[in-house]
Amino acid sequence: MSTTSHEQRPDLASESGSGSGSESGSVSGSGSGQPAAPGCGRNRRLRGLLRKEWLQILRDPSSIAIAFVLPVALLLLFGYGVSLDSKHVPVGIVIELPGPEAASFAGAFRQSQYFAPVFYATRQEARAALRAHELDGIVVIPADFAQRLKGDRDAPVQVIVNGVNANSARLLSAYVQGVWSTWMQRELSDRLIPVVQPVNPETRIWFNPEVRSRNYLVPGLLVVNMTLVGALLTALVFAREWERGTLEALMVTPVTLREILLGKLLPYFVLGMGGMVLSVLMALFLFQVPMRGSLWVLAACSTLFLLAALGMGLLISIVTRNQFVAGMIAILATFLPAFLLSGFLFDIDSMPVAVQAITHLVAARYFVAILQTLFLAGDVWSVILPNAAALVLMAAFFLGLSRRRLHKRIE
Amino acid sequence: MHRILALVIKEFLALFKDPRSRFVVIVPPLIQLLVFGYAASYDLNNVQYAVYDRDGGYAARELLARFEGSPTFSRAQRIERQSEIAELIDAREVLLVVQVGPRFTADIAAGRTASVQIIIDGRNSNTAQVALDYTNRIITDFNRDWTAARGLQGPPVHLVTRAWYNPNLESRWFFVTGLVGILTLVVTMMVTAMSVAREREQGTFDQLLVTPMRPTQILVGKAVPGLLIGLFEASLVVLVAVFWFEIPLVGSLAVLYTGIVLFLFAAVGVGLMISSLAVTLQQALLGAFLFMVPAVILSGFATPIANMPEPVQWLTLGDPLRYYLIILRGVFLEGAGFPLLVHEMWPLAVIALATLAAAGWLFRHRMG
Amino acid sequence: MSTPLAASDLRKTFRSGKRTVTALDGISLAIAAGGVTGLIGPDGAGKTTLMRLAAGLLVPDAGSIVCLGHDATRESLAVQAKVGYMPQRFGLYEDLSVQENLDLYADLQGLPPAERPDRYARLTEMTGLGPFADRLAGQLSGGMKQKLGLACTLVRPPRLLLLDEPTVGVDPVSRRELWDIVYTLVRDEDMTVLLSTAYLDEAERCADVILLHQGRVVGQGPPASFSDPLAGRTFLVTGPVAERRRLQASLAKRPGVLDAVLQGDAVRVVTDAAHPPDCDDLGDSVTCEPVSPRFEDGFIARLKDKQDHAPLPGVADVVAAEDEAIGVDGLTKRFGDFTAVDNLRFTVRSGEVFGLLGANGAGKTTTFRMLCGLLPATAGRLRVAGVDLRRAAAKARGRIGYMSQKFSLYGNLSVRQNLDFFARAYGLRGQGVRERLDWALSAFELTDLADAESGTLPLGYRQRLAMAAALLHEPEILFLDEPTSGVDPLARREFWARINALAEHGVTVLVTTHFMEEAEYCDRLVIMAAGALLAVGTPAEIKARAARDDRPAPTMEDAFIALIQQEGAA
Repeated sequence: MSTTSHEQRPDLASESGSGSGSESGSVSGSGSGQPAAPGCGRNRRLRGLLRKEWLQILRDPSSIAIAFVLPVALLLLFGYGVSLDSKHVPVGIVIELPGPEAASFAGAFRQSQYFAPVFYATRQEARAALRAHELDGIVVIPADFAQRLKGDRDAPVQVIVNGVNANSARLLSAYVQGVWSTWMQRELSDRLIPVVQPVNPETRIWFNPEVRSRNYLVPGLLVVNMTLVGALLTALVFAREWERGTLEALMVTPVTLREILLGKLLPYFVLGMGGMVLSVLMALFLFQVPMRGSLWVLAACSTLFLLAALGMGLLISIVTRNQFVAGMIAILATFLPAFLLSGFLFDIDSMPVAVQAITHLVAARYFVAILQTLFLAGDVWSVILPNAAALVLMAAFFLGLSRRRLHKRIE
Repeated sequence: MHRILALVIKEFLALFKDPRSRFVVIVPPLIQLLVFGYAASYDLNNVQYAVYDRDGGYAARELLARFEGSPTFSRAQRIERQSEIAELIDAREVLLVVQVGPRFTADIAAGRTASVQIIIDGRNSNTAQVALDYTNRIITDFNRDWTAARGLQGPPVHLVTRAWYNPNLESRWFFVTGLVGILTLVVTMMVTAMSVAREREQGTFDQLLVTPMRPTQILVGKAVPGLLIGLFEASLVVLVAVFWFEIPLVGSLAVLYTGIVLFLFAAVGVGLMISSLAVTLQQALLGAFLFMVPAVILSGFATPIANMPEPVQWLTLGDPLRYYLIILRGVFLEGAGFPLLVHEMWPLAVIALATLAAAGWLFRHRMG
Repeated sequence: MSTPLAASDLRKTFRSGKRTVTALDGISLAIAAGGVTGLIGPDGAGKTTLMRLAAGLLVPDAGSIVCLGHDATRESLAVQAKVGYMPQRFGLYEDLSVQENLDLYADLQGLPPAERPDRYARLTEMTGLGPFADRLAGQLSGGMKQKLGLACTLVRPPRLLLLDEPTVGVDPVSRRELWDIVYTLVRDEDMTVLLSTAYLDEAERCADVILLHQGRVVGQGPPASFSDPLAGRTFLVTGPVAERRRLQASLAKRPGVLDAVLQGDAVRVVTDAAHPPDCDDLGDSVTCEPVSPRFEDGFIARLKDKQDHAPLPGVADVVAAEDEAIGVDGLTKRFGDFTAVDNLRFTVRSGEVFGLLGANGAGKTTTFRMLCGLLPATAGRLRVAGVDLRRAAAKARGRIGYMSQKFSLYGNLSVRQNLDFFARAYGLRGQGVRERLDWALSAFELTDLADAESGTLPLGYRQRLAMAAALLHEPEILFLDEPTSGVDPLARREFWARINALAEHGVTVLVTTHFMEEAEYCDRLVIMAAGALLAVGTPAEIKARAARDDRPAPTMEDAFIALIQQEGAA
């Protein structure tokens, strides 16, 4: 009985869904991502997915926290916590025998912002202080300093630095050398002692004449943050749908894979860009980093980078299907490489060749190059174009692979 | 006591049978060891630079040969036009350009001071400063040799800099010793932060709580594996640092291991605290991450604490890694003993006591 | 296309670790259009795999499955546009409201906006979700969630509806409502429904039943075709109430008896031929009368493993120190403003099997956790095994065993390692550990699997292991939290046989359950609703409270629903 009544309305389903009435006819392959229904049915599905994602973002504070709070907190922490600009470095000045020359030389240290000189009468005291980490370095002005200055022999003045932190030690000794040469030159010309200095280097530091480390660290940190944020955003949300079983319910609707991917990508892209804008504003107004390039290039490159970062997150969560593993991989695969291998802190050219090769796989590397140039140098196309091209490739790679690895099957 | 032992054995079995945990204990330290060990360095050894020699005389050639001969600099590009300087630097093809003026040899031969222009890309200010230091040294050496060879009157006194503890100022010594600290932290935190949260998520924690074990016993049972694994990891990294990266270990092992154990207690305390706060494994992971990132940044691992603004420096006082790194570098490079390092050890002990007590309290009060 | 769903020679295997598991072993079937077809089978029989294959979510290894005229593998998108599929764990977006979930699925299914108001009205009327349109899905009760999941699958009326265990973990009231919806759909919307279930009583509500076992179709036909062959072979044996467990155990061992289970105060017996069980030696008070067969009898008769074992050998008699095993007075638990458990009062006598029943969210689990000492009570007195839980929790915990709803042993440890750990955690040592381990492995028939990783065991074995672990220290009281949820009828029987054996030896058992026939196995039980106690008593007393003129002998389920509804009305 029921069979006959059924056959009187053989096409009940497709009749009631007028927007997608051509479904049964247009579908040939399965799971191949071809839209089941062209036109408005597809738009409506995508719109539905987008609205759902937005509502979820608004209700679940975790995405908002990842997109906005995390980058702000990290940027504040790093912006203030990471600095290579030393000031008031404690340096011991040992004056073995007070005299006008010694006083004048010691005075040169007092005037420098870089040093916080502490005075000692004997080497032993100063060395003990150096050992106890009270000092970073010692300059010993010997008892016969005045005689040595007058002599024509090339006499040494001893400087000792704590070399544990090699970089700081190197900068310290360079600064001591700077104070020394300036003082020496003035002293010699005051006394009209003729001295030949064959070569005098004239240095010009472009783009960052006051060598503020923050100017290059902050754009780099921005990249590290956005890599983490982009990957975490998508890695967690997709895996969450797997875990909660919502994806299985989604898969049995006529929705296509492209719609699912776009429905995930677009909202988090908007969110990620929001975080990016916030970070750039902080860089410009809080950390006072100059902006010499144009904003539209920044926007365009950020788009490319965010697509690559989100694509990577998508791929991670599609492959792992587990929030915990996805989160772990996202952190491991983004944070450390972006920190170490992007050239933001450590010079890529100085790394071993094998490590250099790996850096080419890190999207952050290209974005660091672009951002440091955009902020400090300007629209230098010879830097921006090749790096942007690399970002396009990486975005296409991650998104393409995500699309390939996502199936409408649950195996 | 034997209940705790049973728990410890079970923890180890569960930890090393779970591929995820094995991964956490083995892979990140290996990656970090290799990548940090080789990538993390402020030293420059392959500086790309260009030479714009408008003089071409013998003095200029002699100066430029010193750049060429330096291990820091790679082969120079020669450029012919002023405009190329900007092109090369803008495109980041070279880090610096040495420009020798047209009267360089003439000036120097006449006993006048000749000038050389060094144009450096300051986008990365630290690299720029380091490279500048290298060029200044080359020029200073050149000056001294030039005057000495010709019997001219140079400056009567010059500075002789000696670096204690690290005579060749190798960044690697600094970073690899720091690495010992970071890896110990990462592994210990991961093992302990996940331990309770994993059981909570899998429902086995309830099963554990209905046994007659007391919370303190469970706490100790959870802490011991973290301590042992941390100890193992730290020893492993110390061995690699000494035998692979050839970092000198000047101080005594007794001081080193006192520091390691104190630090491990502090790290285990923080890890267990996070673990007893977290309901899911994911929260534990995020918690551990949110603790570790600032802990590393504020520890003085990559950038000196002294460079931070004062309020941030106060924050570092609560960071166990800060003290641990000073102990490690002190023992490794400086050969520091107890009298010097006791100032770093007691804060570690305080942090360990505070966090373990807090974890114990949370254990008892978060059973629901 | 006379049949909406046809499978032919369908095979599907999965890899699980190193083993290959055959989920479907070449099955062929066709279901009739219009009507409810039940897909019945024990856990792991391949029900979910078949559903997923039909929905185009899996690719078969061999064979084909045709759904509404489309090959479900090659034309999965076309199939997905026409069928409605509700997975076992329907993925509701818990942070979206009821209305937003419906809107989402309306968009995804392509329901034109013009048709929505009518459809929504119809669905909300059918499911009773109307008043909750703006509530977040995550805040609905379990039954409500299932109904919302169903509504989402139905936004565009499908011609074929696939429901994968829609009633699992749902309380009897909601279960009945779900069935009403399904019937309405079949009647009014001319839908064909394929529904899988582990509840055998539900099979009798289906027009047609497919019985799956180990990936094969064991039988297909109307429910009566399963029970009819047993006509004359089913009996109800009644004896003294206090002796009913012993009676059941004794009957089960008799030759010719296929199955013996408690039903109310009596024992239901299925024999292998049309003659009553031999009851002569059981004494005068025992009477035996024939009853009409049920679907369950047919199911058991077809699938039951013929070799019976002693349910649980080697259990030592427990002599409880006092008569009262658990005493609860004024027990209250508040979470913030919300009172989860409100002023409970009951006692459990030593050696009783005591049931804790209630709808989802009634406060059962909270009560349970407080009794085990996992959750501190806000107020009230709580004595377990003669010990005040507030004062000597560790001492009390040494005398109880606990088995949670979810498998809660260490999944990556082997069976032996798990048992060894818990034995030591309970304070056994040396020789004691070895003895109890040997006992547990042999009594629960786990010896062959002693070195298998426990997480990879089938559900039934994991359940056995969990119970073994809870009994290592020979507890006086055993707490079982929904121990049989999701377990197939055969394993459930085995499980209850063990519980009965324990009760015979004086162990007190406190159990929560959703299965109303399991409530009948209890000596006494309480029914909870909204954190408060609705009724306490023996199963017979509670059923008697629901007796009405039109229903002189209500089942436990009738009684439960009546009590809940009375409470709701009051």
